[in-house]
Amino acid sequence: MDRITIRLICLLFGFALVAAACASAEPSGPVRGEGTVTLVTHDSFAISESTLEAFTASTGTQVEVLTAGDAGLLTNQAILTRDNPTADVLYGIDNTFLSRALDADLFVDYESPALSAVPTSLHAGPAVTPISFGDVCLNYDKAAAVPEPADLADLLKPEYRGTLVVENPATSSPGLAFLLATIAEFGEAGWLDYWRGLVENDVKVAPDWETAYFSDFTVGGGGNRPIVVSYASSPVAAVLFSEVPLDEAPSSTVTGGCFRQVEYAGMLVESDEARRLIDFMLGREFQEDVPLNMFVWPANSEATLPPEFVEFTDIPASPAALDAKLIEANRDRWIDEWTATVLR
Amino acid sequence: MDRHGTALSARSLSWAAVVPTVFLAWFFLYPVGRILWISLSGGGNPIDLLTSVGLWDVVAFTVGQALASTMLTLLIGLPVAGVFARFQFRFKRTLKALITIPFVLPTVVVASAFLSLVGPRGVVGVNLEGTLALILIAHVFYNVAVVVRVVGALWETVDPRMEEAATMLGASRFTAFRSVTLPLLRPGLLAAASLVFLFTFTSFGVVLILGGLAFETLEVAIYNRAIQAFDLQGAALLSLVQLLGVGLTLGWYAHYQRSHAVQRSLSAPVQAAKPPTGLREQLWVRLTLGLIVAFTVTPLLMLVARSLRAGGEYSLTFYRRLAERDTAFAVPPAEAIGNSMRFAFAAAVIAVVVGGLAAAVVAYGRGPSSRWFDAVLMLPLGTSAVTVGFGFLVALDRPIDLRASIWIIPIAHALVAVPFVVRSAVPVMMTVQHRLREAAAMLGASPLRAFREIDLPLVARALMVGAAFAFAISLGEFGATAFIVRPDNPTLPIAIERFLSRPGEVNFGQAMAMASILMVITAVSIGLIDHRRGRGGF
Repeated sequence: MDRITIRLICLLFGFALVAAACASAEPSGPVRGEGTVTLVTHDSFAISESTLEAFTASTGTQVEVLTAGDAGLLTNQAILTRDNPTADVLYGIDNTFLSRALDADLFVDYESPALSAVPTSLHAGPAVTPISFGDVCLNYDKAAAVPEPADLADLLKPEYRGTLVVENPATSSPGLAFLLATIAEFGEAGWLDYWRGLVENDVKVAPDWETAYFSDFTVGGGGNRPIVVSYASSPVAAVLFSEVPLDEAPSSTVTGGCFRQVEYAGMLVESDEARRLIDFMLGREFQEDVPLNMFVWPANSEATLPPEFVEFTDIPASPAALDAKLIEANRDRWIDEWTATVLR
Repeated sequence: MDRHGTALSARSLSWAAVVPTVFLAWFFLYPVGRILWISLSGGGNPIDLLTSVGLWDVVAFTVGQALASTMLTLLIGLPVAGVFARFQFRFKRTLKALITIPFVLPTVVVASAFLSLVGPRGVVGVNLEGTLALILIAHVFYNVAVVVRVVGALWETVDPRMEEAATMLGASRFTAFRSVTLPLLRPGLLAAASLVFLFTFTSFGVVLILGGLAFETLEVAIYNRAIQAFDLQGAALLSLVQLLGVGLTLGWYAHYQRSHAVQRSLSAPVQAAKPPTGLREQLWVRLTLGLIVAFTVTPLLMLVARSLRAGGEYSLTFYRRLAERDTAFAVPPAEAIGNSMRFAFAAAVIAVVVGGLAAAVVAYGRGPSSRWFDAVLMLPLGTSAVTVGFGFLVALDRPIDLRASIWIIPIAHALVAVPFVVRSAVPVMMTVQHRLREAAAMLGASPLRAFREIDLPLVARALMVGAAFAFAISLGEFGATAFIVRPDNPTLPIAIERFLSRPGEVNFGQAMAMASILMVITAVSIGLIDHRRGRGGF
């Protein structure tokens, strides 16, 4: 190569690096076509096409969906792109990551008129709108030799030795929720002792929910652990996605020691279309479409639940709750202490 | 003296350098530079992290497992590469496509197959769950095709008569191989080793899922810092450590490659491969193929078997269920296949154009600049997907906002695929004989024509190896795609993960059925690319 080219290439590389350091952020909002509203969400998002079409039919606005990994990744990405958001509305941030987003002042305040139908226990201030919730609960194989545990403390009893599989809270969202449930239950002073007890009782830690449920849980596949950290909706899915029609769920939800994940929507870029979309997401049509698509419960208490959600599972009357600020302030420390106690 | 002399003028090389330079600057250097800058300019004390004992454990493990995985993969891949390069046998193309399948499979699926073989209740009866051995086995499983293809691309151009001559002069077959063929293969071996090393150096899913919880690579640490803790500064520092490791590896590689370049005569591959003759050769071919097929195909068969087993008996239930679209959640297979194929095609075209031009600059260019160019091109392969993905988010919104564009996906795939194209093409380009071109020039061919008629046919074959990899990389959704915001166009791997994210045997069965479809598509498309390659180029 001749010298001029080498200089040219060096110049270009140099320019890339200088640009990286100096590029100023000038918000321009997501690029979108006329009459389109963009929704960024986690990759478990699902809704019937007809539902989104109904929104377009009534408002004349198309919904463009972008996906962005899990709830944690979705939150971090939204914060990183705060100055120039990729979408108008975000849905899928939950209470374990909410505080991080609120601290970053991610959302434009909006109080939807439809909020009145949402129980106040799900509300989290003007910046976000609760859309759905799901409980992380122990699932119990009804065919197991041991009786169904009533609460978390039961799992320390000798008969539950080697029966439980949980997920690593550092890498799994239900794993983190379960860790938070134990902290809510046993308090700052007692939760590590509880986990020491679980370790002594041969708890198994899986890296993610898929491995825990499909490889270790007795109901999910080839496993040998009859108790797993999963969701309150899992027994419903186990019926709906069974190979043979079932009259009864093979597993049940242990309603003691659950942790409730509330999923919120928030407006990243202010517009009437964005507000209308949030209103629509709280409306009955969307809300009633939520359970069978995403296996979570609608936030709107006026929405009718599918019969399977009534018949095949229970939802905890008083799931564990921790303040979002408390979670944000302590999450890393809790995970580190958990890792040091359980894995080392 | 100009060892790597070329008919291409410096001027045309300069032009060739522009495309890869712009590509790399726009889609790698700028995004990564920007995210690191943003993260590191936050303040705080980086020294704490860098001096903490844990970090060096992680670095040691990352390097150690990558070296071990690379050695093992070379050891197992080399004989297989030789058999494929030297011998003609039935189902050759099919077998070659078959051993490439693991390359594209999602980690969750592979993990599930391995656990059903060597897990706590596995068929084999040995429980390797959470052991280093399982991590290494999985790395070999994923990467053996890299060695077979990259080394094979060079091997099939080595004239077998040279080795034959040596044996005729009294050398044993092994000595003949070691002293004649092996030195000629060195550029290919190094190329394959560098790719496998970088791949395993940044290993994430395998370590996380199969290693259980006892092991942590830098990549896993970066993920934990960036995603769970949202400690961007910590993640950025770890990324810098990772980049430093990659930089050192690549620097050594560039140096070594230059100082050991060899020229020898290339022979047309079609003549070189012949059916095995004699009992010894036949035994050798059968044994090698038998072992590699057993190793790669057994886990694949596990997956296929599980996709066919519903309610205790074999049936097509899960495939039928795939065709019925019962909820919005389920992606129709045709749509997922269409998306996967379109992205893979786009990624392969981008990677071959960018990588082909880059390879020409590296192989025919002179002096340190082309060596540097070579090293920088490899960087994306050794850079954390989190870093690149976050970089895309903060950097690709101007001048055009690519972040929500459909093009972001093949671009992210091509970034990982370009090194494969370069690695496949450079060893062949560097060894194309100067004399042939001189002869062509003497006979009156213009430099460009000499390049077109002498180099291109040989190089095109190597580029097709790269194209096959690019296609596979895209089918397997490698790269930063997991960490960027993307339009909702689910590909096969994404559809598989969606099924696996919900309880119920039918979801699991459908995931396995989708994985089986992904395998077939991979085998067929790679087979077709190989077929084209067999016919001599584009």
